[in-house]
Amino acid sequence: MAITSVFTSLGRSFVTSMIAVLRDTWFVSALCLCALLGVPIIAILWSFTDISLPLWTHLIDTNLSLYIGNSLLLALGVGIGSGVLGVSLAWCVTQYEFWGRSWFQWALLLPLAMPAYIMAYTYTGLFDDLGWFDSRSLIGAIAFMSLVLYPYVFMLAKTAFSGQQQQYQEVAATLGITRSAYFLKIALPIARPAVLTGVALAMMEALADYGTVAFFGISTFTTGIFRTWFGMGEMQLASQLAGGLALFVLVVLGLEKHSRRNMRFYQTQDLPVNKDTSARARSTKSLSVQSSISHYALSAYCLSVLLLAFIVPVTQLCVWALSTLEHIDVTEYWTLLVNSFSLALFSSILIVLIALCLSYAQRFAKTKSVGYLTQFAALGYAIPGTVLAIGILQPFGWLDEQLNYVWYQWFGEYIGLVFSGTFVALFFAYCVRFLSVAMHNTQTGLERIKPNIDDAVLTLGRGRLSLMRRIHFPLLRKSLLAASILVFVDVLKELPATLILRPFNFNTLAVKAFEYAADERLIAAAMPSVTIVIIGIIPVIMLTRAMQQN
Amino acid sequence: MRKIVLGLMASMLCMPTVTTYASANPTAANPESLNIYSARNEALIKPLLDQFASQHNVTINLVTGKADALLARAKSEGQFSPVDIIITTDVGRLARAKSQGLTQPITATLPAFATLQDPQQHWVALTTRNRPIIINPSNIAEGEITRYEDLVKPEYKGRVCVRSSTNIYNQSMVAAMLMQQGEAATLAWAKGLVNNFARRPKGGDRDQIKAIVAGVCDIALANTYYLAAMRNADADSVAIANQVKVVWPNQSDRGVHLNISGIAVAKYAKNTEIANQLIAFMLGREAQDWYAKTNHEYPVDPAIEWSGTLQAMGTFKAESVELNEVGELNAKALQIMDKAGWQ
Repeated sequence: MAITSVFTSLGRSFVTSMIAVLRDTWFVSALCLCALLGVPIIAILWSFTDISLPLWTHLIDTNLSLYIGNSLLLALGVGIGSGVLGVSLAWCVTQYEFWGRSWFQWALLLPLAMPAYIMAYTYTGLFDDLGWFDSRSLIGAIAFMSLVLYPYVFMLAKTAFSGQQQQYQEVAATLGITRSAYFLKIALPIARPAVLTGVALAMMEALADYGTVAFFGISTFTTGIFRTWFGMGEMQLASQLAGGLALFVLVVLGLEKHSRRNMRFYQTQDLPVNKDTSARARSTKSLSVQSSISHYALSAYCLSVLLLAFIVPVTQLCVWALSTLEHIDVTEYWTLLVNSFSLALFSSILIVLIALCLSYAQRFAKTKSVGYLTQFAALGYAIPGTVLAIGILQPFGWLDEQLNYVWYQWFGEYIGLVFSGTFVALFFAYCVRFLSVAMHNTQTGLERIKPNIDDAVLTLGRGRLSLMRRIHFPLLRKSLLAASILVFVDVLKELPATLILRPFNFNTLAVKAFEYAADERLIAAAMPSVTIVIIGIIPVIMLTRAMQQN
Repeated sequence: MRKIVLGLMASMLCMPTVTTYASANPTAANPESLNIYSARNEALIKPLLDQFASQHNVTINLVTGKADALLARAKSEGQFSPVDIIITTDVGRLARAKSQGLTQPITATLPAFATLQDPQQHWVALTTRNRPIIINPSNIAEGEITRYEDLVKPEYKGRVCVRSSTNIYNQSMVAAMLMQQGEAATLAWAKGLVNNFARRPKGGDRDQIKAIVAGVCDIALANTYYLAAMRNADADSVAIANQVKVVWPNQSDRGVHLNISGIAVAKYAKNTEIANQLIAFMLGREAQDWYAKTNHEYPVDPAIEWSGTLQAMGTFKAESVELNEVGELNAKALQIMDKAGWQ
């Protein structure tokens, strides 16, 4: 009797808490969205239900340690490389006045438009002729990837540094703290979420990269996945490897989040609430002017990074592209250009909207597990595009089949494929793959707005919509712009998922560049590659300039 | 104002995508269309398909990509898959397509020369490609190397360049050796080869040829059409390609390694009749001649003349093995290369 009553009361409290959770509409909508976006990841993890021991033994006996070692080194190297470059450059352009500063502020973002594998092709073309540096090595891969991935860190760190209060610096100066000590002890720790977010993105991209490492012949986890799948025909084992990679990333990200669980990072200035004070705050913000030597050293540093990461490879590509100009079919190129541009534009809008919804859910939901949910849904960034695409094709194939059966019962005919092989699959793939990029931006942006602002607005009787529109949106504008640029450029460069999921007769610039490169016709690949870079830099320039003007 | 302009630009850009989508999304019921998944890239298939389309008044819809990815797509699409024809550039993939139940027997009457085919006629070869030994003639004497087995000799230590074993052409080559020489001999050979590597495998076939000329190594393995393409490219490539020489290995025994590019009719093809017509067309004179001249591959039709560059490389004896069995040994071959430490 007593036991029954205990169970009843337990059951009752469970039901009440479940009802409370379900009433939390933010939580429920986030759950639905994440469940949808998590389908491919679950499909990949599902492969663990059928483990083949002999294959795993073979893998462990032969290459697994090599794959893991190289991948870790690559990710670590790229993390350090892009972190150091990104933070140092961001610090330079936000703290010092030197020749070309305002120009470098946006120009240093340009390497974003450069796909890593194209960078690799271009530089090996150059270095093979020169012969004094074996670029096709792990060091080479780390260097090239760091050069194209540092803008993630740079962009986020720049926003973080420029959002820091002038007073901190003044107080530090009165306490006799040197600039370098200020950087290490105050500025960097405050910018930590932003910097680590950028570094994490760069590392995830390095872990999921296939093009560069395959070209350099470096055995990493990704090449291992494709060796297992393409070479041995073991799709299942390949999925297990990809799933392992994703879980590893999940754990690392979780640890990082856990380590700063008790810290909060808010911005307290630049609130457009009181225009006068904010204007005054901005006018007192001074940049340190250096002696002429260090002045030129700063310019030289920024310029050399830009040269290596952008100007040299793009010039080389242009030279190659010009040599193939006579063979170019203009109408075909126009179609490719329009296809690539519109795909990137639509997806970036879509993905940023989803990211914004999820970030809000995390802010407003009473159930705190939303953070873990979004983290899971955003895992796609660390999974190689092709594997992710298969993770999408399988459930979509099943869905199409069910749909066709139902349709046949109702209308007496089949409608064919609705999800797989259409733009639905493609856009969905981009959402899963690049949600992480957008989320990191929207989330860091939103986290920096103090919750007491929300409380104040809500106490004043305004609704959440009004809070978002009048307070959050103006504060978030930079983050939203950054998120859209990053996603836009990423979709523009995306190759593996596009290649396998695209509808019939639909090509993009990246696909075209790949086809030439796969055929070892690197010079012919230059034209589409350079076009990707050019389309990529236009929004980067337009948006960064717009951000500066405001 | 700027926002309006941007908005207009965006909507202008959307239009073509929507129209492309409308025209590109083939309906299963349309009898005049043929849907193709091709592992051959667009430049090396589209011109022929266009020709077929205009001759037979059909619409051709094409998706290109990596063979295994396309097979995975066809597999997950299942019985509602729109694909009618699968084209690959390697026998291993054709065998895999068949074993995964993605193909059906070809019903077209194939010409007598089309002997390279599946026993149940699930696929047929369109062209053949070979993987001979490429040498630097100034460092390797005439007749010094005559067999693949010679490459593992101790005097060639640090003188051999080969691309990664992740590459399908190497996998097929080792699979064919495995079939003819057995597992122990193949593993010993692979170990010996790795032992003689001049460098960690990297780059493509053309890079191995370039490495010979750069003095990194003296011996390489490469498919002939890469060398032929280099001999017909820009002046720099021609200069490099002319400094190396082709050695046809194992001419007194099993012959040089041979692979194929091939075609199959998909299991759930809606338009088998046109699909079979396309296969007949691809084996016809026009198409065979196009492949021979454009991509320097060996046509399966013996009546078709090889390209001048291929003729200059000379004639040879090629392996004669059951190709479908080679395809099935692919995974085993990769495991042997793993064990040999061939990255």
